[in-house]
Amino acid sequence: MRDEAPLAGREPLIDAHAHFYHSASGRGDWERVNAARLRAGDRIGITYHVASVLGSYGHTSPTYFPSPADVSVGNDAMAEFALDPRIRWYVTVNPNYPDHALAEIQRGVERGAIGVKLLASRRADDPLLDPVCEAAAVHGLPILHHIWQHRTCEWPSQEISDGRDLARLADRHPRVAFILAHLGGGGDWAHTPPAIRDVPNVYPDLSGSGVDRGMLDSALRILGARRLLWACDLTMETGLAKLRALDAVGLSVAEIADIRWRNAARLFARGVFPRCERVETAPPAAVA
Amino acid sequence: MLDCAAYIGQYPFRHLPHPEPDVLVRVIEREDLSGAWVGYLPSAWHRDPAAGNDALFAALAPYRQVLQPAPVVRPDWPLWERTLRDLVEEGAAAIRAYPMQWGMAPHDATLLALALACGELGVPLVLTVRFEDLRQRHPLDVAGDLTAAHVRALGRAGERVKLVITGAGRELIEEVHWGLTPEEQRRVFWDFAWIWGPPEDHFAHLLRSVGAERFLYGTHWPLRLAQNPRANLDLLPEDLRATAISDARSLER
Repeated sequence: MRDEAPLAGREPLIDAHAHFYHSASGRGDWERVNAARLRAGDRIGITYHVASVLGSYGHTSPTYFPSPADVSVGNDAMAEFALDPRIRWYVTVNPNYPDHALAEIQRGVERGAIGVKLLASRRADDPLLDPVCEAAAVHGLPILHHIWQHRTCEWPSQEISDGRDLARLADRHPRVAFILAHLGGGGDWAHTPPAIRDVPNVYPDLSGSGVDRGMLDSALRILGARRLLWACDLTMETGLAKLRALDAVGLSVAEIADIRWRNAARLFARGVFPRCERVETAPPAAVA
Repeated sequence: MLDCAAYIGQYPFRHLPHPEPDVLVRVIEREDLSGAWVGYLPSAWHRDPAAGNDALFAALAPYRQVLQPAPVVRPDWPLWERTLRDLVEEGAAAIRAYPMQWGMAPHDATLLALALACGELGVPLVLTVRFEDLRQRHPLDVAGDLTAAHVRALGRAGERVKLVITGAGRELIEEVHWGLTPEEQRRVFWDFAWIWGPPEDHFAHLLRSVGAERFLYGTHWPLRLAQNPRANLDLLPEDLRATAISDARSLER
């Protein structure tokens, strides 16, 4: 690979919402897709991909309702991927199996997981999520929760939640940081910032294929830069486009750094992003 | 490089920040583009497009060095053939049509006639697959996405037809491309604003399979971030980074 400057600059950059595939995920090209994520990440300048595996991605149980066995296989694969120094990971759980979910969190923490991934296996405000959140609080793990922006109906293949649902859960668990998945990932993004504005432990990530003009402006106006996390999810070109748009909307250097990586560094346990934290603690001359 | 998919004007289902031509000119400059074919966004939902076309030409008049009008011709409207000729004589760089919003089926005879007439006059016919993601649409926005059957039917209509299809994803492009003869394929151009980049790499796949010459640059401004297509090009695998897509300018009369 050529020695070239990253497209998004050399400042730290954390993708708070990524995924990897594995040999039991039913895709013949899973290694190619994983390699493409790392290739594009290096080109953009992503310092850390914080990723999860979603069971078997529908191959042997549904993506959003993974069986306990598939959850465990996926988490095992994810723990292996995280041996790469660019990768950190969320342990995925299905709260319909509370004992298994709690055991997976414990197992994940022992193998280096830094957060919990919740899919759409149960609505976000369901009491079954409470033990998962309590375990996350004990271990200091942020929870990344799959979200549909403004649920106006039921959608197939998932028990979908929106910002209001997640806000109710977050209100019950003020010690836990909740990352609201993919503001640009489907549904009406305009509904979400006001739905979570008054619940300070909910942090939207900016990932998703949607690049609607007005989305970033709305999130910044209602929530402010300290509540937003940069991320890509399934489309990295939209992540790069949003980074470039953030540069164009008149944010300060500090606000851009918050969204790029400092908010994530605050939410996750201290020490899990050493290459970012070295920048933060370095003397100014070294940073420049 | 010309932007083949820009608009001015408001969108009926959500507020767009500053959809004015002077802002678009600055965006074109910032994105290092040479100009844009510009549609008038409200026209897609008007029954009679005449007033929207007038508004478009008036709004673009001070910026015609950079912004070229792409007005609407509705082929089931009285005197549409004369309207088409007049618009081309006034400098329309391309003609837009919205068959889904007008309730036209893939083999609608008037739509085929419009494609042929545009071809005879040497102007591209621009069709829009979608304005927004299906998952966020307003309950009254029921037109649905342009179908591959529409594009195939028009692509087969005649040898002088030139189609520019904006907002398609990989699935629709492949369904059309491999459903046409090689000669018919050469009549159809696509923008890549809605095609996924890495890690799925749909755009890279299509450049290799369908061919880079079939693709044009389109931003979908002011609906979408103009930075997106550039990001998609920048994130191509290294062996494709020097690939040259087509410039919509080459399709003009």
